[in-house]
Amino acid sequence: MAESPFKADIERVKKEYSEKMTPGAVVYLPGSSVINKTGSWRVFIPEFNKDKCVRCFLCYTYCPEPAIYLDDESYPVFDYDYCKGCGICANECPTKAIVMVREVK
Amino acid sequence: MAVRKPPITTREYWAPGHAACAGCGCAIVMRLATKAFSEAMEEKYGDPDAFAIAHATGCMEVVSAVFPYTAWKAPWIHVAFENAAAAASGVEAAWKKLGYKGKILAFAGDGGTADIGLQALSGMLERRHNVVYIMYDNEAYMNTGIQRSSSTPYGAWTTTSPPGKYSIGEDKPKKWVALIAAAHMVPYVATASIADPYDFYRKVKKAAKVDGPAFIQVQGTCVPGWRVPPEKSVEVARLAIETGVWPLFEIENGDFRNIKFQRFPKDGKFKKPIEEYLKLQGRFKHLLKNPEAIQQLKEQIKEMWKVLGKEVELP
Repeated sequence: MAESPFKADIERVKKEYSEKMTPGAVVYLPGSSVINKTGSWRVFIPEFNKDKCVRCFLCYTYCPEPAIYLDDESYPVFDYDYCKGCGICANECPTKAIVMVREVK
Repeated sequence: MAVRKPPITTREYWAPGHAACAGCGCAIVMRLATKAFSEAMEEKYGDPDAFAIAHATGCMEVVSAVFPYTAWKAPWIHVAFENAAAAASGVEAAWKKLGYKGKILAFAGDGGTADIGLQALSGMLERRHNVVYIMYDNEAYMNTGIQRSSSTPYGAWTTTSPPGKYSIGEDKPKKWVALIAAAHMVPYVATASIADPYDFYRKVKKAAKVDGPAFIQVQGTCVPGWRVPPEKSVEVARLAIETGVWPLFEIENGDFRNIKFQRFPKDGKFKKPIEEYLKLQGRFKHLLKNPEAIQQLKEQIKEMWKVLGKEVELP
C-alpha cells in the first residue's frame, strides 16, 4: 500500500498547527488544510473493484480534492478521510470499476 | 509487466481539506493548473517549485485559505477582487530585480477578470509581464451567492437575473475575455475545459514555457450555481464542448487568421443538440419551455463561431 502524498503535511500539522494570529495574517504552514477531515460531508461512498480497473487514471485526474492517489502498481487508492463523495470518479469511470453506494456509519 | 505511469505529475500543490463544494469543477482547475505549471518549471528551470501564485478574491480563494489554514503548497498571495494581474506584475518585477528564476501564476474568477479586474489584466498584458493568467470561468459570481457577471451566458438564471413573466433570465450574450486578451497580441491565449483535462494540462504547460504573458480561459462547473448534481460536474462541461457552446482554441501572437481548434468537428456540424446541455442544468430549466429563446442562444453561438472564423451548424 502506497502512502498518501500528504502524509508529511498531516504529521507536520499535528505538531505545528496553532490558531494564534500572525502579523499580516500570514499562514506559514503549507497545505495545513489537511486538518479538516472533509470525509464527514459524505453521503455516498465510492466502492472500488480492482478487477475491473484498466488504470486509465481518469479518476485520479478528475478528483477535485484530491482524495485519490496512486499505489505502486498505479491503481487508485481512495483517501476516505477527505473524499466528499461527489461521485465524479464513478460517473467518469469507463469500466464502472467505481460505484457509489450509500454510506452506513 | 511495466507499471503504467500517469500522464500528469504526481506532485501535489493543492491539498485536500479545503472547503469547496463536493464536485467543484474549479477545484479541478486549481489542482491541474499547478501540477502542469510545476512540470513546465521543472523542464524549463530544473526546479519544479520555481513559481508563485497571485490569487484574486473569488470562490477558490475563499475555500482554499480560511485563515488559520491554507490548501496551497506553493507561495501564494491573496489580493483584492480587481488586482490579481497587478499583484502578479509586481511580484514578477521583483523577481526579475532579485534575479530569481521562475514564473508567476495568476488566478481569478470570471467576475474578477471580465468585470472587475479587466483593466488590471489589460495593463499586465500590455506591459508584457512574464505571467500566466488563468481565468476559471464558472459564469457568475458564485462565491457571493450567484449574481450575474458579464460572463454569464444568455438565458441563464441567477439571483440578479431571475426568469419570470417579463424576463427570460440573463438577456445579454456572454463576453469572451479570451478574445479581448488575444487582441493585445500576446504570445499565447487559449480556452480550455475541465472535461478535457489533458488538453488543459498541455495548454498550461505551453503557456508556462512562452516568454511573456499568456492567458487561459477555462470553464469550471459550479454545482450549486448551475444547479447540476455533483457527479455530473464533468459530464456537463463535456456536453458544452460537444454541443458547440464552449469553443476550444489557441491564438498565438494575436494571429486571428490561424486559430488552432481542438475537438472541432471537421465539417462544422455539431452532432448533439444544445438542449442536451441545457436540460442537465437547473439554471436553464425555464428555457426549455421557450423555443424562441433557445433559437436566440443558437444565433449567438453561431455569431461567436463566426468571429473565430468558422461557419457552424447546430442541430
